[in-house]
Amino acid sequence: MPTFNPMLARQIIMDHYEYPRNKKLIDEDGYQKIHMHSDSCIDDFEIQVKVENNVIKDVRFDGVGCTISTASTSVMTELLMNKTIKEANEIIENYFKMIHEEPYDEDLLEEANAFKNTSKQASRIRCATIGWNGVNEIINKVK
Amino acid sequence: MINVNKIRDDFPMLKGKKMQGKDLIYFDNGATTLKPLCVLNAISSYYLEYTANAHRGDYDLAHKVDTQYEACRENVAKFINANKDEIVFTSNDTLALNMVAYGLGALLNEGDEVILNEAEHASNLLPWMRLKKEKGIVLKYVPLDEKGRVTLENIKDVITPKTKVISIAHITNVLGHVADIKSICEYAHLQDIVVVVDGAQSIPHTKIDVKELDCDFFTFSGHKMCGPTGIGVLYGKYEWLDKIPPLILGGGMNINYNLNGDYSFKRVPLKFEAGTPLIEGALGLSQAIDYLFNIGMDNIHQYELELKKYAIKKLKELDNVIIYNEDSESGIITFNIKNVFAQDAASFFNYHGIAVRSGEHCAKVLGDYLKTYATLRASLYFYNTKEEIDKFVEVCKKGDDFLDAYF
Repeated sequence: MPTFNPMLARQIIMDHYEYPRNKKLIDEDGYQKIHMHSDSCIDDFEIQVKVENNVIKDVRFDGVGCTISTASTSVMTELLMNKTIKEANEIIENYFKMIHEEPYDEDLLEEANAFKNTSKQASRIRCATIGWNGVNEIINKVK
Repeated sequence: MINVNKIRDDFPMLKGKKMQGKDLIYFDNGATTLKPLCVLNAISSYYLEYTANAHRGDYDLAHKVDTQYEACRENVAKFINANKDEIVFTSNDTLALNMVAYGLGALLNEGDEVILNEAEHASNLLPWMRLKKEKGIVLKYVPLDEKGRVTLENIKDVITPKTKVISIAHITNVLGHVADIKSICEYAHLQDIVVVVDGAQSIPHTKIDVKELDCDFFTFSGHKMCGPTGIGVLYGKYEWLDKIPPLILGGGMNINYNLNGDYSFKRVPLKFEAGTPLIEGALGLSQAIDYLFNIGMDNIHQYELELKKYAIKKLKELDNVIIYNEDSESGIITFNIKNVFAQDAASFFNYHGIAVRSGEHCAKVLGDYLKTYATLRASLYFYNTKEEIDKFVEVCKKGDDFLDAYF
């Protein structure tokens, strides 16, 4: 997606909202889990990540959220799957740069480029980052 | 009669304020209201003309502040037909409700019952839930009727000989239904049950007479009635305020204390006002009360009902809007755009310059009743207009394109 295309972005967001990927938790050993709840709205997700040998083997989520939070988390799960922690961090870092209107590498973000205009509706930034923050906290043990 | 154009001229926020490049349409009055200039002037006059502490000084300025602050208390009392010493200034409705729950909690014993209902705001549920946890108080929830209302008949069903308190919103914050407080108090008092009324959503919109309602406590916030944030009121019948202990202790509320740990409190209402109060807040609230009084609470109420009726009629012509409370007698419209998540719709309204609230409105348990995760709430006030409602309805029509807001 070299240049931002609103029609395409809309399709990506609606597709991931209506058919979210990896939206089912797994009760299995080896997963780290985090509960992400928005302070200001209803968004409420559980996120699971399985890391083996520095590679993200699985990312899943479940819960209740709006279109933007659901779609942005769904897109993220596909994007981070089977990436090394280093690659994942690079993607996450560029995603946050995009969200905050800083220069970023759009080739790394693939479908996540659909969320490029989030900052135009400032109150949606928390929706577009809730899942990303969750994975970031898990893989980097940051709080 | 309301002259809405003249009224709008009093509000700086209604003079050309834009949101997303469009004229602001402010329909989130259940959350907080806009302020008329006279209220802002009352606040700044304290800092520009007579800054000093209240109840603390022996000099002219302090005396003036003291006199003004007590005049505010008198004005609040007059507005709700209470006595001056029954008015306690708090920081908001939430603190007032916490003070009542703490105070009554000290008089309750394990097994005593408190009646609540699932349409209450968190601030009228959590303080009582803590009493359940810490003191073994039993909480009973009144079942709502088919429209989501609390009725006296349903309250009667959960009253037992152990019932000591009924705590209830006068007007509920999600659906805007009006509870018949007068009948509830009449019935409750026959069995010595204390009635606590959360007036946050009622006092901005209807005339309140606490003597006529005969409730034992009545609490509210200033900022939902054109006053500033940070000031609220706890009204209590004198005998009750006298009986319950204060939640917060400190300067200004004690008579004396010594290092053995003996202390005594001032009389009501000062025993509840520890620390320096929000003096400018009291001044602002008092000015807001004068402002509302001059327009007339009955006029305000009638006009809001007219606005709501108008909005409901127009919304019902659309087939993509679900309305949850068309009958409630207040300016609150709770709705959803079909197949659009509430927060996505709220962003879409924002994109069109319209402020509405999405979410659970702090009444987290109500979701089970409405069978939806979240709703939108448009809450009207006397400065809103039919033209604004027309624009709002137009945006509702386009609601299916909600992602437009995003691009």
